[in-house]
Amino acid sequence: MSAVENLTHQPVEGEHFTITSEATGDVWEIVVGLEVHCELATATKLFCSCPNMFGDEPNTNVCPVCLGLPGSLPVLNRNVVELAMRLGRALHCSVEPSVFARKNYFYPDMPKDYQVSQFDRPINVDGWLDLPDGTRVGIERAHIEEDTGKNTHAGGSGRIHGADYSLVDYNRAGVPLVEIVGRPHIRHPEQAKTYIDELRAILLATGASDAKMEEGSLRVDANVSVRRVGDPELGRRCEIKNLNSLRSLGRAIEYEARRQVDLLESGEVVKQETRHWDEGAGRTRPGRSKEEAEDYRYFQEPDLVPLDPGADWIAAIDGAMPALPAARRDTLAAAAGVAPTETAVVVAVQRDLDQLALAAIAAGGDGSRVLLHVEHNLAVEGAESLDPAHFAQLVTMEVAGQLTATQAKTVLGDMLESGKAPDAIAAERGFEAMDSSELEGIVDGIIAESPDEWADYCGGDDKRRGKLQGFFVGKVMKATKGQADGKAVNAILDARRTAAG
Amino acid sequence: MAELPTTAVEIAAAVRSGQVTAVEVLDAHLAAIDAREGEINAFNLVLADEARAAAAAVDARIAAGDDPGPLAGVPLALKDNLCTRGVPTTCSSRILEGWRPPYDATVVQRVAAAGAVAVGKTNLDEFAMGSSTENSAFGPTRNPRDTARVPGGSSGGSAAAVAAGFAPISLGSDTGGSIRQPAALCGVVGVKPTYGLVSRYGLVAFASSLDQIGPFSTTVADSALLLEAVAGHDPLDSTSIDQAAPSLLDVLDRGVEGLRIGLVTELMGEGIAPDVAARVRQAAAALEAAGATVGEVSVPATSYGLSAYYLIAPAEASSNLARYDGVRYGLRVDAPTTAEMNAATRTAGFGDEVKRRIMLGTYALSAGYYDAYYGKALKVRTLIMRDFEAAYEHFDLLLSPTSPTTAFRFGEKVDDPLSMYLNDICTIPTNLAGHPAMSVPFGAGADGMPVGVQLMAPALGEATMFRAAASLEAAAPSLEEAFA
Repeated sequence: MSAVENLTHQPVEGEHFTITSEATGDVWEIVVGLEVHCELATATKLFCSCPNMFGDEPNTNVCPVCLGLPGSLPVLNRNVVELAMRLGRALHCSVEPSVFARKNYFYPDMPKDYQVSQFDRPINVDGWLDLPDGTRVGIERAHIEEDTGKNTHAGGSGRIHGADYSLVDYNRAGVPLVEIVGRPHIRHPEQAKTYIDELRAILLATGASDAKMEEGSLRVDANVSVRRVGDPELGRRCEIKNLNSLRSLGRAIEYEARRQVDLLESGEVVKQETRHWDEGAGRTRPGRSKEEAEDYRYFQEPDLVPLDPGADWIAAIDGAMPALPAARRDTLAAAAGVAPTETAVVVAVQRDLDQLALAAIAAGGDGSRVLLHVEHNLAVEGAESLDPAHFAQLVTMEVAGQLTATQAKTVLGDMLESGKAPDAIAAERGFEAMDSSELEGIVDGIIAESPDEWADYCGGDDKRRGKLQGFFVGKVMKATKGQADGKAVNAILDARRTAAG
Repeated sequence: MAELPTTAVEIAAAVRSGQVTAVEVLDAHLAAIDAREGEINAFNLVLADEARAAAAAVDARIAAGDDPGPLAGVPLALKDNLCTRGVPTTCSSRILEGWRPPYDATVVQRVAAAGAVAVGKTNLDEFAMGSSTENSAFGPTRNPRDTARVPGGSSGGSAAAVAAGFAPISLGSDTGGSIRQPAALCGVVGVKPTYGLVSRYGLVAFASSLDQIGPFSTTVADSALLLEAVAGHDPLDSTSIDQAAPSLLDVLDRGVEGLRIGLVTELMGEGIAPDVAARVRQAAAALEAAGATVGEVSVPATSYGLSAYYLIAPAEASSNLARYDGVRYGLRVDAPTTAEMNAATRTAGFGDEVKRRIMLGTYALSAGYYDAYYGKALKVRTLIMRDFEAAYEHFDLLLSPTSPTTAFRFGEKVDDPLSMYLNDICTIPTNLAGHPAMSVPFGAGADGMPVGVQLMAPALGEATMFRAAASLEAAAPSLEEAFA
């Protein structure tokens, strides 16, 4: 029996996720560093003028340069440098003079049998990314490199070993990539997913990439290790590949961490290796075994000259930097008077509704109420075109007790459809404020009509009372054509029961 | 029929003025090829039909009143590591069997645009690795002055083609002396330009940071003419210098009055044959007589040039030649797995010298050895540049032998790589520095075979270098003049 089954994992609120061994009582934490490859959204490839296009007929977007034909030479695409720097600055990196290097290894999807990348002098270094929960994840580097082609193996297992034959599509060869190497500051599978979400938002905001995991324009490898809580040393890590969705990422990290704890608990060691996530089986498996670590024999690419974008170019990029998610959350939180880590704030920015919320707040709308609607009632298409003044007016009516929460939601829906002002909609619908004595009269009338239910309600257990509460509220709503505030009805029922008891 | 002009300058002038036709000129050269190519083996491929069509097109343009350009109707041979659209480009290797590039090298486009007529692709040491053309997969080229001797290499075919009169000019490539050394051994002019002056786009790479394309010719003026046609910025080569081609023909008659020329001490001592050294001293005296100031100068780091070169060049080559893996083009030897197919293809496709250098280079770049080998070689390269810089503070040009000896006999060195490598001891330092250098014929050695003297200049110093070359050419003893 696997020791993993004797372990319970306890997700802890916040940033830590620990695994406690029932056998030893030891508490382990996960340490994750993510490496993300993203394809830059340029019109053409990194070193030639072939289209950078996904999904075209195989081997149509190719030329002597991206096929690595003898005698061909690379010419750096200026737009790649622009987008890479934009991303780097958005991640608070320092843009440095950099050089390209060749990473040498044989693989049929790589036309030159070396990959042009950046090694000891990358373009972006030492930045960070702030997660919505306030965690700051360090960015070691974000460097430029070229993508490889794509192999399709026919027959066998679908892997290169044992295949009957293999087809290679070089359309992707030479597509520009940025590899973003995060520091091992992530401690929770959910946090890893949030990191990718946040990075995606930055990639989209800067226009650097369309960041589609499903099309492979954003690819994630996870370096996972575990250590006993409190241990300052990092454990030996495994690199997990083939993570094609956020769901896979979270599951793979959790599985891998448990696997490593299992090994360590049984006195074995974790072998530093590359492992592949098998989504179907829900487990990681070792990659192809290599007798020794691959030696890539990096050296400076002699066909390209060193890259030094200069202070003016960097300043121009900083000057044109769009508002990034973290800053947008801060702005909205400050305006609404809440913490930037509030779910509603995070959601508002994710849905691109922060400008609407800010405008509604500026027009006098209550911050918390505005955010509440954005979070719960505006997950619909076209929400961003809502008139902020009308939105503010609606919230104000609600706060003043002129509309119940339920009514406000209905009016908001109508506003989105018709574009009319909330007071006009409320009048059409006959939503008028009901004073409490009127509502009390209605509630008392209904209690009088149903003495058996009322007796049951007052004397029954919690379960029974819950059911009957629904019965009474329903009757009141019917009598008031849905205009009554559910909360107020509950309060009256409660007061009457207390009085009766 | 009037006697045909023989140099490129004369041919272009005669064709442009209508005195002769490009077809007449071509026919004479094809006849020369027919007569001696069987014995010389300068070419991997003679492009007789394509050349006839190109020559006829030049003549048609003349007839229409157009100017086909500065190389109008001039037959030209191309080293077979220059890509030619639709025409096999082999690098004298079996591994490129059957490959036809879908594009022309920039220099091939430029010579065609200037009106030149390509007559064939010339033989070379496989992938330009060698100093005798004995490393060709298609058999060696023989020296036209004495067919028992090598023509030098790696551009032996291009040098021999010019020396044999198959074409007045040709293009080669020079990574460690591959233009200058065969030029010297065949008794013709050969130029390695400043790194970046001529586009490398379409030159099949040996060692990218050292490779440079340059001309061969029988006269200094013809090399000037050809270099002017191919030099100048190319947006397809990131290492191409962003400036226009230099004016060289215009400066040839300016003489060397006032120029300071330094004879490099380290390249005149041990390992240099006495007859070669004597010719170089004679050349120095001739320059002095023509008005230059000649002195000796030490460029100490040049002594380490050979060692640094045989780490840097193979390192780059090991990476540049990785793509010949049987997957996309050229030879494929089938095997059960991809990795085995790669290995079987490379084992069958590459010759011994290429394999030797791939192994050397792979080793030099390996984890744990990088600093001791490749890293140290890069430092030596920096030192060589610094020492040259210091020398050029006091001298405009430097002078040395091109090759330590005259042409050697077949088989003499082919089994001893180190002694073969020593052939390039005088030429390698300028490749490491990226500087221009050229070999000018200057009489014969004790064996009656040609001697070349090397002129070196700082980066982009071609104009000054060509002035001195023209002076040397004017003062050069004939081959028949007995060695004193």
